[in-house]
Amino acid sequence: MLFYIFAAVTVIGSLIVVSQRNPVYSLISLVGAFFGLCGLYVLLEAPFLAVVQIIVYAGAIMVLFLFVVMVLNVPREDAAEWDRAHPLYRPMAVRVGGALAVLLALEFAWALSRTAGLSAGVGDEKPAVSSVAELGRVLFTDYMFAFEVTSILIIAAMVGAVVIARKREE
Amino acid sequence: MPIGHYLVLSGLLFSIGAAGVFLRRNLITLLMSVEIMLNAVNLTFVAFGRQIGEVDGQIITFFVMTVAAAEAAVGLALVIGLFRHRESLNPEAFTTLKW
Amino acid sequence: MGGLIQTLTSPPVNWYIAYGIIVAIVFGGLQGMAAVMVYAERKVAAFMQQRYGPYLVGPKGLFQPVADILKLFFKEELRPKAADAFLFSLAPIISVAAAYLAFAPIPFGPPSTFFGLLDEPIPLMIADVNVAVLVIFAVASMGVYGIVLAGWASNSKYSLLGGLRSSAQMISYELAYGIALATLVLMANSMSLHEIVDAQQGYWHLFGVPVAPRWYIFPQLIGFAVFACAGVAETNRAPFDFPEAEQELVAGYHTEYSSMRFAMFFMAEYINMVTVSAVATNLYLGGWHGPLIPESFGVLWFLIKLGFLLFVYLWLRWTLPRFRYDQLMAFGWKVLLPLATLNLIATAAGVLYFGL
Repeated sequence: MLFYIFAAVTVIGSLIVVSQRNPVYSLISLVGAFFGLCGLYVLLEAPFLAVVQIIVYAGAIMVLFLFVVMVLNVPREDAAEWDRAHPLYRPMAVRVGGALAVLLALEFAWALSRTAGLSAGVGDEKPAVSSVAELGRVLFTDYMFAFEVTSILIIAAMVGAVVIARKREE
Repeated sequence: MPIGHYLVLSGLLFSIGAAGVFLRRNLITLLMSVEIMLNAVNLTFVAFGRQIGEVDGQIITFFVMTVAAAEAAVGLALVIGLFRHRESLNPEAFTTLKW
Repeated sequence: MGGLIQTLTSPPVNWYIAYGIIVAIVFGGLQGMAAVMVYAERKVAAFMQQRYGPYLVGPKGLFQPVADILKLFFKEELRPKAADAFLFSLAPIISVAAAYLAFAPIPFGPPSTFFGLLDEPIPLMIADVNVAVLVIFAVASMGVYGIVLAGWASNSKYSLLGGLRSSAQMISYELAYGIALATLVLMANSMSLHEIVDAQQGYWHLFGVPVAPRWYIFPQLIGFAVFACAGVAETNRAPFDFPEAEQELVAGYHTEYSSMRFAMFFMAEYINMVTVSAVATNLYLGGWHGPLIPESFGVLWFLIKLGFLLFVYLWLRWTLPRFRYDQLMAFGWKVLLPLATLNLIATAAGVLYFGL
């Protein structure tokens, strides 16, 4: 039951992100979608991941998006183009894009219909491993290399972002 | 809760994110749709990780989140640079390389 | 009658009653603390500035918060025409919701059975999650949204600048805050606030004489200083309140708000103060452990320590001059963050090699 509630929150949030014209509304509905995902992670017995999702995605990345939106004073998308035309007469790119998205969804449905074992309950066979200690142990032993490379990635991203976005001294 | 439900939800989210990338005319909303797609993938990882009883699903999710954060930061820096250049956030304004 | 008592004291009804009491205590307590802080701030400020504070409304001015709340109720509810209506109303809601929500995983007393209502003691907190420390951090990140949306939605220069500055300050100091929390998790070997407090009972002994309680403030003095600075900056108070400085920015992000929406921002600020003080009490000052009072009345010690920390908040505000914004950001990034990181490394070394 809870699954359906959280799933509905996430899907509705994502739909609003994709359809709203005002970027700030898209942003806050994306934060709402992240809360839905957080609930889903808790249902999947990954509480640490759920809270980290809120801290990293909803609390940091989205705040970064919001800052950029506010600093650039992003205008609403061109309303005339959307309102004037019937969906089938919108610009070519939009029509092709819409068709591709529908095609993608159909492909997913086709792939899922050919998958076996879809009705096996999640977590019916094996017990859940949700302790942070276990996560840390595997992270720092098996995935040590990836962890170190990620730290280099973050430094590179930080330096790159600062260099690209800073004011040019004219 | 059958794993099929999680997979359907994940596929649906991915399609919605892809639709956003194809259809939106605003660079920032484009980046947000990419974030939706990454989150759909995260959900799949965690669901499968839970099913096989290993903790690897969650760990891979950490890495995906980290990469998403780095990519969002650099992407937004690029958006700021582009905006300074051309005062518009419509992807169709940056078509100088088209023949 | 006996049957009614029987149903009321057997599961699951007694669980609901117990949790209902806890929720009522926390909610009512937070509201009450906000009201008390309104009065205490003005009185303490007054005594520090050698004047009387409010003394006309009620005996010694004790009904001043009631007068303030009534005034805020009856003020006209304004909204600028060019402001985004939905976001303008949503921003104070997010602020207040995050402020109240942050108090959910914080325990305020030892496990109690509510005088025999329950069979076994339950911890006095609303949500006994085992990643409580992270939940507090997550909800603190959510509080930024209220401020930045308020600045944006008001559609005025002062609000936008105030909102941007305030949220930039909050996210900068969140780093040092998080690293201080991580240091404590390292020392206590658990992320559950309940277990962190329980790890702080007892005393350090020197030659067999108990000389100091086993609170984490003693081995973690630098950590406490970092946490205190970061906590004060997180709540936009005291020497870090440039974004709401009256002299520089009119009132920053809540310039355009009046009446109940302003009251919500106002309350959110005080409740954030209470939350940060409560977290500091639980993490560094030993929570509800203390001498002389039997362990089951630990709530009293919690309140005493909380009151002391809130007084320090007020003391800081009315004693220290305000930081300039660039000094503020430089302090957060160049002083506090390296200090917190060094503290973390030193604590890790201590835990590993000296078994602290």
